[in-house]
Formats: sequence, structure tokens, C-alpha cells
Amino acid sequence: MNELNTPHSDSQTTRRDFLKKTSTAVVGGTLLGGLTIERAAHAAGSDLLKVALIGCGGRGSGAANQALNTYNCGPVKLVAMADAFRDQLDGSYNSLTKEQKDRVDVPEEHKFVGFDAYKKAIGLADVVILATPPGFRPSHFEEAVRQGKHVFMEKPVATDAPGVRRVLAAAEEAKKKGLKVGVGLQRHHQLGYLETLSRLHDGAIGDLVAMRCYWNGTTPWVKPRAELEKKYGRKLTEMEYQMRNWYYFVWICGDHIVEQHIHNLDVINWVKNGYPVRAHGMGGCEVRKGPDYGEIFDHHAVEFEYADGSRCFSQCRHINGCWSDVSEHVVGSKGKAYLSDGRWNISGGTTWQFRDKQERERYQQEHDDLFNAIRQDKPYNEAENGAKSSLTAILGRMATYCGKIVEWDAALESKISYFPKNLAWDAEMGVKPGADGLYPHAVPGKTVVV
Amino acid sequence: MKYQLLLFGLVAARATFPGFAADGSDSTGANEAEVAKEIHKFILSKSEPKTETEMKVYTNTIPGSTVKYSLVPIPGGEFLMGSAEKEPGRKPDEGPQHKVKIDPFWMGQFEVTWNEFELFMFPTEERKFKETIPTDPSVDKTSDGVSRPTKPYVEMSFGMGRDGYPAISMTQHAANKYCQWLSAKAGHFYRLPTEAEWEYACRAATTTAYSFGDDPSKLGEYAWFDANSDSKYQKVGKKKPNPWGLYDMHGNVAEWCLDQYEPNYDRFKDGIATNPWVKATKPYPHSARGGSWDDPAELLRSAARRASDKSWKTQDPQLPKSVWYHTDAQFLGFRIIRPLKVPAPEELEKYWTSGVEKD
Repeated sequence: MNELNTPHSDSQTTRRDFLKKTSTAVVGGTLLGGLTIERAAHAAGSDLLKVALIGCGGRGSGAANQALNTYNCGPVKLVAMADAFRDQLDGSYNSLTKEQKDRVDVPEEHKFVGFDAYKKAIGLADVVILATPPGFRPSHFEEAVRQGKHVFMEKPVATDAPGVRRVLAAAEEAKKKGLKVGVGLQRHHQLGYLETLSRLHDGAIGDLVAMRCYWNGTTPWVKPRAELEKKYGRKLTEMEYQMRNWYYFVWICGDHIVEQHIHNLDVINWVKNGYPVRAHGMGGCEVRKGPDYGEIFDHHAVEFEYADGSRCFSQCRHINGCWSDVSEHVVGSKGKAYLSDGRWNISGGTTWQFRDKQERERYQQEHDDLFNAIRQDKPYNEAENGAKSSLTAILGRMATYCGKIVEWDAALESKISYFPKNLAWDAEMGVKPGADGLYPHAVPGKTVVV
Repeated sequence: MKYQLLLFGLVAARATFPGFAADGSDSTGANEAEVAKEIHKFILSKSEPKTETEMKVYTNTIPGSTVKYSLVPIPGGEFLMGSAEKEPGRKPDEGPQHKVKIDPFWMGQFEVTWNEFELFMFPTEERKFKETIPTDPSVDKTSDGVSRPTKPYVEMSFGMGRDGYPAISMTQHAANKYCQWLSAKAGHFYRLPTEAEWEYACRAATTTAYSFGDDPSKLGEYAWFDANSDSKYQKVGKKKPNPWGLYDMHGNVAEWCLDQYEPNYDRFKDGIATNPWVKATKPYPHSARGGSWDDPAELLRSAARRASDKSWKTQDPQLPKSVWYHTDAQFLGFRIIRPLKVPAPEELEKYWTSGVEKD
């Protein structure tokens, strides 16, 4: 019954084998109850796990809170925090202290601020949470692995190909060192997805011949320069502005196809038990224009081709007032499947629906699974899939930016990095606003991506 | 309690930089009392019905947009709130039955739709209309003073549809602020109904389990619920209305009320309660009514109650969690009411700011 607790727990077992094993044992909502007991049973006699939070934003604070909520499996404490900005760190510290009083033990000398803050915080912990904006992830992950720490890192794990290669290399190193790595693609820890995927892999709808997926929604947030400068009462350097309004810059965000749509693309990869071999697509910035919205596109439509010739048609859009949907769809030779965050169904060969109203804990579940693997010393490494699903989304961005067919191998080998050459508040930035305050966008047909 | 400016949106990977205004308009709401005073002045400046007999059904266009909403008059009166112990499906929180006296008000004919709510939720949507529809700058100034939701990270209709469909998953605070914002725009006093007002309007002078009788087999003619909803909410106004012309009081989406939820009506059991309102003293639980697309028939009964819960924010992966969204409450919406009598400015503010938004 407890396999689901550690879905990637045995690297010798493929995910499909794992799901085959569990699919017969899993019955509706009874499983989660069982897991709770299982988790508690392993808690006794465990050592204190010290946690460091790198990247103290809302999501980082949430992830730290979830890590601390694993106290049922064994004692856990937050001992260090790091962020580029002191105000971010303070806000996070206050929230976490309120939520987890006895499990937050971060004295002033363990609060680190600046570009190098992460190194010091990592050194003080057993488990590190990497939750800065994604552009920093490769260097932070490398450092965590170098220092021999277990890791929970948010998705995406990189914003360009050089970053992906660094994460893949560090992931190999982490395996050798026996480090456990969780990645915030929480659908892998969500019962509805696990159940549906196990059925698809068991042949419920026959051969999987076509896929669609969407993250069509709205702008998540924006921090206009004028408001930031008003808030802080000073001019911001271009580096600080881009870091505070990071969603709109490729080097740090990856574009929304990478930052957000990765969830859906990752599900399709999971469905196919593989990664695309090439992609082409189109996209642009049609509505969300202006100096506050940086250089990213507001829509992408990409066709991904998998090794067996099957295609995934993907859309992501950040435009208000349009059709909105976040879901994945699979067509098989014998039926079809619908997957979304809350509802799953299969029709055709067999008809099956899943809606567990209690199934609401995946952000907690991903931490429970990771901490269990750490405490039981079971193989657990989501970094490789995290890197390859990140590359899938990056491949999609490359395709829409250049307008040409982009091969997976070429994408992976691309030397193009968007990261600033130098990390300093007055650093020369790769992308800068023009005289009109506007940032340049990629131009399909002209922009070079590999 | 002055609610502070640190409003956090629902952002799964807004990793390093949460915090203050995610959008220019989020940082408003600093001076609730002043804004309420301005709105009060605006309301009084308009020539509107002063007596119950003058109250009529009306349709309004949200100023500065083409989006319409309709209200129907609900006469003042008395009713027996709660359900009889023998009513099938009844729960203990529906008693004891007690007499309640209610002043006249108008009530939204339909649940508030995304068409309406998104104008409030996304200031950019509102601004789009401004290019073609002129507005009164002094009205804009006041309505822009009302605090607005942070942008959601996830797609808030969850693929169930937006045009003509009910808005969902907002906190009571967000619903309150919508009412304040609409009041500032329209110059009418809009707010959430109290539980008593809601049940009074839902019953429409009936005493049966539902406003059409006791027979749940007829429920499908009047309501969307788990047996006919196809596991999603439906467009508002597609079923039969109740005797007072209100649609979807039973089902489709559960509807926010103003009150803090108490597990029974003991405090009202003697005498007649006039316009009762259990004011909030803590963030949870607050009351919602009417049942939803996701509920079995008995939860759609006129007297059935639902208590809000912290778990309605479980999906919010951030800390602190958003004060604007109950991402897990995809069954939850609201409708507005407009009391005939307009209270003093300081009272208005209390209806729109319960003071326990943060949890």
C-alpha cells in the first residue's frame, strides 16, 4: 500500500512498473489515510533534519512551511535563510515564525542576503529548499550537491540549455552521493494524476497517439518600475528591477511557457514515458505590451513530436478575456483521457472518473515523500526529469522565438545563455529597455536560439 | 483592524519576491473609512426609491462597462428561520427554528458572474472599456480607492467556463470588496446578505425544504447539483426561479453570507430577531448557503448551511496564503443585495470590511 508514498523511490524500477504495482492496490480515498499512518510509523527515533530556505518569496516560504510540516516523520527545523533582498527574507521569516514557532530557529547570523547568500545558508543545513526565481537554480543546485545536501527545488530548474546541462550533471553527482532530490512538479504526487497515468500506461485507451495540453490564463503578477521605485524611495538599477519584476525576463523566468506551462508539458512527457524529439510553433506578444512586461511573449502554440511520431499540441497564453483552461488531453487508439487539476476521466475502451474531494494535499505530499526518502535512505531523484521537462518547455520557447523546427538534441546542446555575465547590482544586463522604455522581443524568422 | 498592504497572490513560483502590490491597484484600500464616506456621499446624492412601494426590478450596467446585472425587490417581513427537526436531511445547525424580522432589500436575480467579477478582479479589463466608454472621474477616484485582488496564478474558472458562468473561489473578503467596489461605481449600497436575509429570500414565504416544496425529485427543474451538473457549475439563470424571481438560490454555486458561522441558533431562540447578523470575530468559519453543483440534494435545502474552512486554501502553495482566493472552494460564489435603508458611513465600512480577512 505504501508505494505511492515514494513514487520514485526505486531507481531500478521504472515509473511504469511502479504504477502497475500500485494500480491494483490503490482504492479511492482510502490510500491517503493509510499513508498518514505509514508516515507516522517511520518517524520514531529519527534525527533532526536541518532545513535552509534559499529564496524567501511566497512560494519559498510555502515550501519551507511544508517541509516543516513533515515533523510527523521526524524532527525538522529551519536553521538558515537566504535571499537577494533583506525585505523578502524578513517577510518570510515573520510568516514562518507565525506558522511554525517551535520549528523556526534562524538567528540573525544565519540570515544571509545578497547574490552569494545561498552558499552560506546551504552549509548550515541537511536539506535545502531552492525557491529563488528559476534562473538561479542551476548554480544553487550545483552548490547544494557539491556540499552534499538533500534538495527540494521548485520548477522550472533552468531557463536555458546551459542551465539544463548543469542540472543534469549535478543530478548525476547527486545520485552518486546518495542525495535525495525533489522537484516541485507536484502533479507527480497527486492521486488523480497517479491513478490516471497508471491506467494509461496499463493500456486503458490503447496506444497513445495524440496529446493536447493548455495553460491558457492571465498575467500572474507584475511590478511596475515606478511602483517599485516609489516603494523603495530610490532609483532601481536595471539588475534590481529585473530581479524584482522577474517574471518578464528570459534569463531569470524563462518565459511563461517555461515557468508555468512546464506543468502540463511535464504531464505529457510522463504520459509518453519520454521526451519530445523536436518541436515547432508560433507565438508573440500581442496584448500584454508595455515597459512593465519585459521581453517575454504573451502566447505560445507549439507542436511537439515524440520518438514514436505522435504529437502533442500545446498552447499557453496570458491574455485576459480569452478562453482559459489548464488541462491535458490524451487520445488513444481505443479511447481518450482528460486530466486536470481536480478532475480526471477516461472514456472509450473503459470508462473511469476520478474526483476525490479530499485529494488536496499535493504540495504537502511532495515534501512528505521527499523527507520519507531521506529518512529511510531510499533512492529519490526527480532532478533528471525536472531538467528534461524544463528543457521540453525551453524547446517550446526556442521554437516560438525562432519560428523554425528545433531538434531536442540541438536544444540541449545550445550554447546560448541568457544569464548575466556578472552578478552585481550594477551589472551590465543582457537585455535592456530602449529609449521608449520597451524591451525587445524575439522575432520569429530572425531570432537565433540554438 | 486596518488590513494591511501586504497582499499575497496565489503564485506557485513567485519564488523570491512576494509581497507588496502585485499590481498598481492592489496597493489601495489604505483608507477604508475615507473611501466609505465618499461612497456614502455618492449614494445619498442619487435620487433613488425611499419606500418599499417604490422598489421595482431593475437592471443596471456597471458604469464604465457594458456588463449588466439585475436585482429584484424582496419585501420586508417575518419568517421562521431554520428547519423543523423532522425535515429529511436536516442537520442540528439548522435549529432551533426562530422568528426573524427582515427589512426590505433588493437581491441579485442571479449569482455574480465572471463577467462582473473580472472587472473588479482585473483592473486591466476595466481599463479596456474605458477607451470607449466615458466615466465620471470622481466616481473612478472613489472606486479605485477600494482594494482589489492580487492576480491569481492559476486559472480561476478551472476550465468550467466564464462568460455567463458564476464567479467562484473568492474569499468572503474578496466578495465584500466587490460589493464595496460596485457600490462606489453605481452609487447604490451593495453588500453580501446576512444568513437571515439569504434564507428569507430563498424561502420566498415558503416553509418547505425547498422553495418549490418538499419533493427532491423536482429539484432538477430548479437547480444544478451533483445529480445533473456534469461535475461543473452551469450558466446562471437556466433553471426555474423561486417564487420571488431569484434564480439558482438552490445549487449551482453556494453563496457567501456575511455572518460568522455558529453551530446553532441558540442565541436567537427567544423573541423575534430583527435583521440578525453574527459579526465576525475570527477568520473561520463563516457561512455560505444554497449548496452547489458539487453537492447532494439535501445540502441545497433552504435551511442548509455550510461553514467555511481553512482547507479551502490548501491549494495555495504560498505563505502567507492569499486573502483573496479560496482556490479549493470551486463550489463557492455569491450574490449581492441592496438594502432599501442606507446606513451611516461607519456602518457601511463594517459591512465591507469584517476585519478578519487574514488567517
